[in-house]
Amino acid sequence: MAALTREETQNLIAEVLAIYPEKAKKDRAKHLMVNDRSLETAKKCITSNRKAVPGVMTIRGCAYAGSRGVCWGPIKDMIHISHGPVGCGMYSTMGRRHYMNGTTGADIFGTINVTSDFQERDIVFGGDKKLKAIIDELEKLFPLVKGYTIQSECPIGLIGDDIESVAKVKGAEIGKTIVPVRCEGFRGVSQSLGHHIANDSIRDWVLPTLDGDDSFETTPYDVNILADYNIGGDIWPSRMLLEEIGLRVISQVPGDGTLIEMQRSTKAKLNLLHCYRSMNYVSRHMEEKYGIPWMEYNLFGPTKIEASLRAIAERFDDQIKEGVERVLAKYKPQWQAVVDKYRPRLEGKKVMLYVGGLRPRHIIGAYEDLGMEVVGTGYEFAHNDDYDRTIKEMGDATLIYDDVTAYELDEFVKRLKPDLIGSGIKEKYQFQKMGFPFRQMHSWDYSGPYHGYDGFAIFARDMDMTLNNPCWKEIKAPWQRAAAPASVAA
Amino acid sequence: MPSVMVRRNEDGKLLFYVAKKDLEEVITAVERDTPEEWGGEVTLSDGETFYIDPISPPPTFPTTLRFKRVD
Repeated sequence: MAALTREETQNLIAEVLAIYPEKAKKDRAKHLMVNDRSLETAKKCITSNRKAVPGVMTIRGCAYAGSRGVCWGPIKDMIHISHGPVGCGMYSTMGRRHYMNGTTGADIFGTINVTSDFQERDIVFGGDKKLKAIIDELEKLFPLVKGYTIQSECPIGLIGDDIESVAKVKGAEIGKTIVPVRCEGFRGVSQSLGHHIANDSIRDWVLPTLDGDDSFETTPYDVNILADYNIGGDIWPSRMLLEEIGLRVISQVPGDGTLIEMQRSTKAKLNLLHCYRSMNYVSRHMEEKYGIPWMEYNLFGPTKIEASLRAIAERFDDQIKEGVERVLAKYKPQWQAVVDKYRPRLEGKKVMLYVGGLRPRHIIGAYEDLGMEVVGTGYEFAHNDDYDRTIKEMGDATLIYDDVTAYELDEFVKRLKPDLIGSGIKEKYQFQKMGFPFRQMHSWDYSGPYHGYDGFAIFARDMDMTLNNPCWKEIKAPWQRAAAPASVAA
Repeated sequence: MPSVMVRRNEDGKLLFYVAKKDLEEVITAVERDTPEEWGGEVTLSDGETFYIDPISPPPTFPTTLRFKRVD
């Protein structure tokens, strides 16, 4: 089926919104738009990063999730203390597939889940003493840990526990880095503010520690990989590619990263920023204070890899440029084989995406490499600048939705009838029951990695495996199917 | 009085970035932009104007400065 025209898409939005009360309709209309590639900025057409309408289902998280889960979680040689009641701490237990190398208890602690388990008396008398006791206990249990972060849950902000003073006192006492993070869940409208707060805590408590210390030997080719969270092992193929073109990756922040890498990241020559939304703040700070330029890059799918590697090489000398050309030539047969195999099976299929704050626009290129078309996209917690960057990636007259509600997404899917939906766990079973092939694009649906050339092969296989799975024909009971002959071989 | 980070984008143009406001626009005009001083009224690509007392000598970008909104 051909894509919708501009009017049809506009009508679709109007029809879906018709059910809302007047006020909610007015508010939600601002979050939906029909893409127009000629626009320079999305500001006039779509509103983002605003509070969700009360009473409708949103799939956003909280600031605590953004800091504890996203930005700090993958730092593997620190223990992240969830300071507050047990629930938040419990649910952050490796629910996110940020893989890490090492042995738990010796050099990695990311799999360990620590919470101060607030009770009523802690709310009344404060939790500072408990926090000190926890740190003492952890020191005894895990003497090899390199540092701690204190991740505040909601009550901490309400009762005003002084976690900064605990961090300073205990940090001086044990001689380790302790980072207090004021990421109470009620701050901000989504997890996005949690990313910002986590970035600010990195800026204030981690980066300055090596100021004036030049003992780390640098080379002209030192780069940081920023904001790659190693979901399903994503950072490893990315790093291999970057090292193959001749760069030296001195730190991975935060995916599979360590505290010392974070501290040394100030010594790099260039920051390579993968997830712009979650860590642009710290790269802007590093540009200002340490003079390290930053650039966004995208390693999903051969087209974008080629463009990104060339753009990275532009920042360096001819040696790196030659390296890029060598790597591109080396991997061409590999990805060409993947495209030749899967493109005929996936050509012309339509995809709808609804993920976090960056991934939809990064992954469009990979779908296009497989001949698929993205007909609708949206973000949970993106800001204006993300939509600015999305407009150019998406086709004209496609649907863009911000913080879409469960009802709206349902209706859009029913009307656009995509061949594949990519979103999170909360949407997965709903759409599968409706009979739509679905991939989780937050956690790669327990697969991955999807970055780099190695990841692209897995990505293509997964999409094919999901989309062309014979089970989708069996969703409807035999007596509900159309009169057409039911038993056609797949 | 927003705190603004001014940096150069890839084309060498100055970008005006306010994290709290999600505002990232190209600076289209600066009232005084000479080797001696930089500042005055600053116009953004979306038409908004901000004011900063001229700084002498001109700052090196990227840097964070405090601007006033001009209505």
